[in-house]
Amino acid sequence: MGHGPATKWDKDKSIPYKIRLGLWMFLSYLILYGGFIVINVVDPKLMGTDVGSLNLAIIYGFSLIIIALILALTYNHQSNKLERKYKDKQDDEKEHK
Amino acid sequence: MKYVPSPWAIVIFLAFVIAVFVISYYFAKRTRSSEGYFAAGGSIHWSVNGIAFAGDYLSAASFLGICGLIAVAGYDGFLYSIGYLAGWMVALFVVAEPMKRMGKFTFADALDSKFNSRGIRLVAAISTLIVSMFYLIPQMVGAGSLVMPLLGLPHWAGVLMVGAIVIIIVATAGMASTTYVQFLKGTLLVVFTLILVIVIMTRGFSTSPDQGGTVPYHDFKIIEASSSEEAPEIIIQDGSYKILEQWTVSQKTGDLVFAKLLDSSTGFESIWKLNTEEGYLEETLTVTQTGEGQTLYNGGTMDEERFYQVGHMSRIEGETDVETGPVGIFSFFSTIKESTLVRWEKQVISDGEDTINVYYQNPTPGSEVLRPGLVFKVDSDKGATATDKIDFVSLMLALFFGTAALPHILIRYYTVPTPACARKSTIVAIAVIGFFYILTLFVGLGAMTGGVVDITNNNMSAPLLAKSFGIALFAIISAIAFATVLGTVSGLVVASSGAVAHDLMDKFLKIRMSDRGKVFAGKITAVVVGCIAMVLGILFKGMNVSYLVGWAFAVAASANLPAILMILFWKKTTAKGVVSSILVGLISSVTLILLSQKTFNEVYHLSHLHAPVQINNPAIISVPLSFLTLFIVSLITRRSKASNGEINSGELKEAEETAD
Repeated sequence: MGHGPATKWDKDKSIPYKIRLGLWMFLSYLILYGGFIVINVVDPKLMGTDVGSLNLAIIYGFSLIIIALILALTYNHQSNKLERKYKDKQDDEKEHK
Repeated sequence: MKYVPSPWAIVIFLAFVIAVFVISYYFAKRTRSSEGYFAAGGSIHWSVNGIAFAGDYLSAASFLGICGLIAVAGYDGFLYSIGYLAGWMVALFVVAEPMKRMGKFTFADALDSKFNSRGIRLVAAISTLIVSMFYLIPQMVGAGSLVMPLLGLPHWAGVLMVGAIVIIIVATAGMASTTYVQFLKGTLLVVFTLILVIVIMTRGFSTSPDQGGTVPYHDFKIIEASSSEEAPEIIIQDGSYKILEQWTVSQKTGDLVFAKLLDSSTGFESIWKLNTEEGYLEETLTVTQTGEGQTLYNGGTMDEERFYQVGHMSRIEGETDVETGPVGIFSFFSTIKESTLVRWEKQVISDGEDTINVYYQNPTPGSEVLRPGLVFKVDSDKGATATDKIDFVSLMLALFFGTAALPHILIRYYTVPTPACARKSTIVAIAVIGFFYILTLFVGLGAMTGGVVDITNNNMSAPLLAKSFGIALFAIISAIAFATVLGTVSGLVVASSGAVAHDLMDKFLKIRMSDRGKVFAGKITAVVVGCIAMVLGILFKGMNVSYLVGWAFAVAASANLPAILMILFWKKTTAKGVVSSILVGLISSVTLILLSQKTFNEVYHLSHLHAPVQINNPAIISVPLSFLTLFIVSLITRRSKASNGEINSGELKEAEETAD
C-alpha cells in the first residue's frame, strides 16, 4: 500500500496558521494534563471521589485519552481547511498571472 | 513459577517469525538506495504509517510493563498509559509537520537544517544512540521474560533470539521491512487485546479465581497466633507447626513480624507473617537465594512447583465466596471499587547466609486500587514526602515531553511523502494507541483479580492472563508480545543505524560514501547495535520494563526536546546553544538516573546504601536545565559572534522557507 515516492510540494502558506492553531491546541491539552497532575499532587483523595459508578481518576484518565483524539481530529479538520484555502488562493494567483 | 511450553505456542510463534522473514525478504529485493533503507523511500501511505507508529510505540513496556504494573499496583500503572498517550499531543501539534518539512533521514537533519553544524550532527547522533540503548534494554528484558513460558527457553535465549531476528529484519531491508512488521504487529496487538478484554468481562470476578477451572486457586493458610508488646514471642496453638525463628522489621507504617515455621508432617520450612490485629499467622510466598547460590521457591526448587500464582478479591461487594458472572464496562469498575483486592508486598530478610524475599498479602480496598497512590506516593496522609511528589511530577513530565523526542518515532515522519501525511499518520497513531491504552486498564485489573500473577515477574501478567482462557489465546498473545518486541527493537536499530551511517559517518566525519556504501554502513551498524542490545538485555534481567522505559523518555525529553522546540519557536537559537543543550540534557539526565535510589536498589543491588539522588526520574531537573542551557548559550554566542556574521537564526518562518 504505497503512496508513490516523496515529491517536492509547493510552498505552503497555511503553515504559520497551522502552527498557531497547533500551539493553541497544545496549550489547551497541556492545561488539561497539568490539571490531572496538580490534583494528584495537591489533593490525591479527590481522585477517589465517586462519579456515578466510577470515580474521578477513571473519568479524568479516560477523558485525557478521548479528548486527545477529539482535539487531534479537530486539528486535522482545521488544517485541511487551511491548506485548501491557501491552495485555492495560490491557484487563483497563478491564474491571474 | 515453573513455565511449561505449549506446542501451539511454538507453532504460532514460528508462523509469525516466518511471516516477518518473508516481509524482510520481499522488501530486501526492493531496497537499494539509502532513502529506501533509512526512510522506506518516503512512500508509505499515511494510514499504514499511522498503524506502524502504533506498532513502533506499543512496545514491551506498553503491553507487558503497563499491564504488569497495573496487575500489582492498580491505577498507578495506568498513569503510564495516560502519559504515553498525552505525549502524542506534543508530537502532533508541535513536532510532526516541521520535522517532515525540515528533515530527510534522521531528526538531526531537522535540527541541522538551518545551521549546517557538524557539532549538532555529532551530539544528535550520540543522543540518538544513548536514548535508543535506554529504550532497547527493556525491550530485550521483555523478550527474555516471554520466551520462558512461550518456548520453555531461558531468559538469555529469548534475548539472543530477538537480537538475531531483528538484525535480519533491519540488515535486509531497513525501514521498509520494519514498517510493515510494525504494521502487522500493531494491528494484531490491538485486535487480540480487545478479544482478551471481552473474555475477561465475560468471565467476571470470583473470590477464588480458578483460571476457568483449570488451576485451583491456592487457599493461603492461616494459623491462630498471639503476640504482644510485652511478650513479643509468637505463640501458636497448632501443634503440627514449630516456630524456628522470628524477625521484626521496622517500617514507616509500623513493624512487620515474620516467623519461620517447620511443618512436622511434611518436614518443610516456610515463612509466615503475623497479623497482629486479627491474631493469626498468614502463609507467605518466598524466594530464597541461598549462600550456596541456589534459588528456592517456597523452600523447594522450581520443578517442585511450590510457588503459586496470585491475585484475587478476598471480598466482592462485602461478600466472600462469590462469582459475579459476566460484567459490563461500568460494572467492571464499580465491582472492583466496592470490593477488597489482595495485593502482594515484598520484604527482604537476611537469614544467615541466605537472603529471603518474602511476599505477603496486603488486602487493599478497591477504591484505593482505582486511584493513584499505591506505587507513586502522592498522599501526604500516607507518608508521601515532597520528594515523592516531585518524583511523580517528574515522571509525568518525562512521559509527556519524551514521546516527541524519541528518535525511532521521529524517523517515522520521513517514511511518508508530505507533512500533511505526517500529521494524518500521527492522528491514526493517537486513535490506535489511545484505544489500546484504555484496554490495558482492563487487562491489568483482570490479571490482578484473576489469580494469574507471577509475583516474581509481573511483566508476564498479560500473557498468563491469556493462558487462563486457553492455550490458543496464550499462544497468540505471547507471539504478538514477542512481535511487539521485534517491531520496537527494529525501529530503534534503524534509528541508531541512521545516526551512525548518516549523521556520524557521512555528515560529521565527512567520509565519502556511495549511496550503496551508506546502506552498507547502516547495515553493519544494525548488526553492532543489535549485539550490544543482546548483552544489555541479559544484564538487566528482572527489572520492570515500564520503569526502564520511563528513563528512556526522561533522557529523550531532556536531550532532544528542548533543542527541537527552541529551533522551531525561538529565533535567537544558535548552533552552539543546541549542542550545549543536548549535551547538558543528556549528561544531567543519565547522571541523575545512575545516582538515583532506584538504580542503587535494582541495578547495583545496593539497597542498603542511601543514594545521592532521591528522585527516580530526572526530567523535572534535566529538562529545564537543558532549556536554560540553550537559552543562555544562544544569547552568549549570538553576542560574541555578532561581529563576524555567524549568527544563526532559528526563526521558524525562515527555517521552513529554507526547508521548502
